[in-house]
Amino acid sequence: MHGYLDGELDLNGSLEVERHMQECQSCARAYSNQRALRSAFKDSSLYYPAPAKLRKRIRSSLRQANKADATTRSLPWRWLTVGASMACALLIALVIWNAVRGRVTTSGDDLLAQEIVSDHVRSLMVNHLTDVASSDQHTVKPWFDGKLDFAPQVRDFSDQGYPLVGGRLEYLNNRTAAALVYQRQKHFINVLIWPSDDGADSEAKLSTRQGYNLIHWTRGGMTYWAVSDLNSSELQELTRLIQEQTPPRQQSR
Amino acid sequence: MTYIPGKLFHKDGNKSGAEWVVLVYGSSCRKKRKAGLQAQNKLASFEEAVLPHLDAAYNLARWLTRDETDADDVVQEAVLRAFRYFGGFHQGMDGRPWLLGIVRNTCYTWMRQNRAQELLVPLDESNDLESRDLSPEALLLQSMDRQAVRQALEELPLEFREVVVLRELEGMSYKEIAGITDLPLGTVMSRLARARKRLQKSLTGHTRAEVQG
Repeated sequence: MHGYLDGELDLNGSLEVERHMQECQSCARAYSNQRALRSAFKDSSLYYPAPAKLRKRIRSSLRQANKADATTRSLPWRWLTVGASMACALLIALVIWNAVRGRVTTSGDDLLAQEIVSDHVRSLMVNHLTDVASSDQHTVKPWFDGKLDFAPQVRDFSDQGYPLVGGRLEYLNNRTAAALVYQRQKHFINVLIWPSDDGADSEAKLSTRQGYNLIHWTRGGMTYWAVSDLNSSELQELTRLIQEQTPPRQQSR
Repeated sequence: MTYIPGKLFHKDGNKSGAEWVVLVYGSSCRKKRKAGLQAQNKLASFEEAVLPHLDAAYNLARWLTRDETDADDVVQEAVLRAFRYFGGFHQGMDGRPWLLGIVRNTCYTWMRQNRAQELLVPLDESNDLESRDLSPEALLLQSMDRQAVRQALEELPLEFREVVVLRELEGMSYKEIAGITDLPLGTVMSRLARARKRLQKSLTGHTRAEVQG
């Protein structure tokens, strides 16, 4: 009957409903009730149009976002296009190679990597590197409590030359994520952590995007992405340090 | 292949590389102008495709959050997110369901962060009474005042509220609603039916009390 009311039935279905309602009193009554309900909706001007103030606010913030977009793109634009096209070619080669081996890289992962690089760039650009600035893991870890629905491992690696700078909340891959910020000399490293969907551990995978190195791995039910302009071997060193601190997922349940 | 694109950022890149750039891309200023132009074009086509549906976006957010300021924030964030993901939008696509899908997701994320308890309210099956036995109320329903209808809709649980808003206020088809809410078509239909029963029940109860009082 609701299909009939909403005009979602084909001709045969509609005829059948009409025929039934001629015979069935209670259905006919239910239908007229629903029609009345619907007209109540039509009459009562329940629609909230967007306020003009919001419209204006959105326009100006769009303009701003666009400007930020354009400047990051046009600054090293020529070199970036070469880099991007090379990266593209590399990516295509990689995809084909993977496809040949029967393992197509999902475009979801790809989008995510792009999102993470943008996130890294943004965190350095708008002076919003950390929400909580501290090299003390016992300050950073409790700070996440109540802001996340999971508890990330937070360790300081000052002794190994990767001091913890602080932590930040992030929104990635349609969920909240923890961002830990480390420093290696003048380079900043963002380590993004959130619970993984499938839960299986995976080895660290290195990739490069717009000149940034990315390492992605899954361990102990958490997904990790490390991103930085740091060279790949030092980034891998940090990855190894973090991995040593996190226990692998237990096999038995 | 151990090629690092980051190396290309150095100002004094080797000459053959530069020549190659000239060969492939022409002069740099043309390129720069083009970059600016592209950004302008992106903004213009985004505004053309998405901004006409701002009312729909606000209406949905307003009904889901049930708060003016929250709806403002959600819509603003949703539009910025839409702008970021505009690459996934194809010319000729209908911007309204696309934007509404993003608004809905943003709403849910926002709720999870700020009003988690609202998302946890279990759907009480026993509330879904057979409304057929409540008739004849059609006439009473027709004389319903707008305040009562507004209140009844506002009191619906979130899952029911969203399908009713999309169907009755936005005039979306079942298929479009299924796309926006990421639910199977059958679930959309049953939720809509149950939502209407609940509305009818609360509205008839309301008028009855009014008539008697």
